[in-house]
Amino acid sequence: MTPGQQAKRRFLLGASSLGALFLTGCDRLSDTEWFPKVLRTHETLSRGVHKLLGSRPSMAQEFAEADLSPFFRSNGTSMPEGDEYQALAKNGFADWQLEVGGLVEKPAKLTLAELRAMPRRTQITRHDCVEGWSAIGKWTGVPLSNVMALVRPQASARYVVFHCADAMSGGLTPEYYYESIDMDDAMHPQTLLAYGLNGKDLPIANGAPIRLRVERQLGYKHAKYVMRIQLVESFANIAGGKGGYWEDNGYQWYAGI
Amino acid sequence: MAAVSITSSAPPSYLYYRHTLPVRIMHWTNFIALTILFMSGLHIFNAHAALYWGDSSYSGRPPLLQITTRDGANGERIGVTNVFGREFETTGVLGLSKYPNGAPNRHAFPSWATIPGGYSLAMARDWHFFFAWVFVLNGVAYVLYSLFTRHLMRDLAPTGKELRGIGTSIVDHLKFKHPTGEAAKRYNVLQKLAYLSVIFVLLPLLILAGWAMSPWLNSIIPGWVDLLGGRQSARTIHFIVAWLLFLFLAVHVFEVIISGFWNHIRSMVTGRYRVKTGA
Repeated sequence: MTPGQQAKRRFLLGASSLGALFLTGCDRLSDTEWFPKVLRTHETLSRGVHKLLGSRPSMAQEFAEADLSPFFRSNGTSMPEGDEYQALAKNGFADWQLEVGGLVEKPAKLTLAELRAMPRRTQITRHDCVEGWSAIGKWTGVPLSNVMALVRPQASARYVVFHCADAMSGGLTPEYYYESIDMDDAMHPQTLLAYGLNGKDLPIANGAPIRLRVERQLGYKHAKYVMRIQLVESFANIAGGKGGYWEDNGYQWYAGI
Repeated sequence: MAAVSITSSAPPSYLYYRHTLPVRIMHWTNFIALTILFMSGLHIFNAHAALYWGDSSYSGRPPLLQITTRDGANGERIGVTNVFGREFETTGVLGLSKYPNGAPNRHAFPSWATIPGGYSLAMARDWHFFFAWVFVLNGVAYVLYSLFTRHLMRDLAPTGKELRGIGTSIVDHLKFKHPTGEAAKRYNVLQKLAYLSVIFVLLPLLILAGWAMSPWLNSIIPGWVDLLGGRQSARTIHFIVAWLLFLFLAVHVFEVIISGFWNHIRSMVTGRYRVKTGA
């Protein structure tokens, strides 16, 4: 080996051991209590800046019919198990009722027919999954703000929580999917309780009878199979306390990024 | 007094203060942030190991790049990488690799290339976005510093004379010949152009393409993401630029090694670069 080759070898050895040390260090940090909390400050920073840049009126991009994805991918649950949901589905959700309660002046129970009779909005938007893919779909539904106007949120209501029919784990007390958004998103004109996809009834694979559309955030915020809506001041006492099923499993509550 | 014969007490070289403290701090902050961003970025890519052009991933057109695993001819699992419809077997590195404990890893990039090593998209995103803030704030500080101290105009902007001598500089680089003496105090013209294109082309494009993936930032000016060809194009651009930066790093480190490794390391740590006189 020439001195040059030796030096190269020494450098590569040195660099790879430094690299291995660095990786082990990063993984150790990920496993601590404190470091992930430091990392998570990005969520507060980004949300703060995003809120400054675009508050209620900032609208998600809308597309043309020609941009529609040939099929709209179903991710996560595509068929909720459970007898209750199966019975509702068998009957075309005619017996389904959306319960809206919590911190509201006038709790309500709304059937699918009643929701369909309310003012509707159709929008062609891009759905961005946290995994990285996007799909474009045409959604029809009632703007959530109309439902809010009906039940009249109390002044203390800060979040809208969506309780869903899909169980994410088995056992005697299964964890159900749930999500939450703030009042700004709840009152946003593009935030829908969608019952239609691409001009047809919303398929079960995509969340029938209704799913949430909250267009300025990633896919996991768009709760499918919504059964009950609850307005709360804090979601600390719901399930894992982080405001959603994926949030309880480490994902960011603010999914605008 | 007897004459004592001393060959020469004058040093054949001297230390020159080459990099200011703010530049050194920002250089290493940038290096750490970009390393973590790159590796956590590969982890995030693993969550959906395919790249597309346009607004969506489901447009009826096949992906430009896809890294996956499938059954091989003899029924064994193999890792494959598809680029523009051409398939390459990449078992061991891409598509199918091994965790340190020997267990098979079916993610696109191997665990030794990602942060964290074990699969956790949520954790990778926390690493990525935290260090994205570090990187952006550090970058803004660097650009402001370089403008106000004239570092940019004095040390980075090539002169007309230098630009005209670019041919010689290219030949010198190909011969691994590096400036010595007084000329080594300054960046050479290729070095200047490389740094300027990283600082003012690649890094801003990388940041812009990153922002273009944020649905909330998309809504600030609806449609601005079309400037990059749509969100999935932006994701592809983000990926390509990240690898171009990796390429830059490889060339940068190579040049550092062959033109006096410890001298460069010392000058980027203490600021002092040894200039050989009379060489």
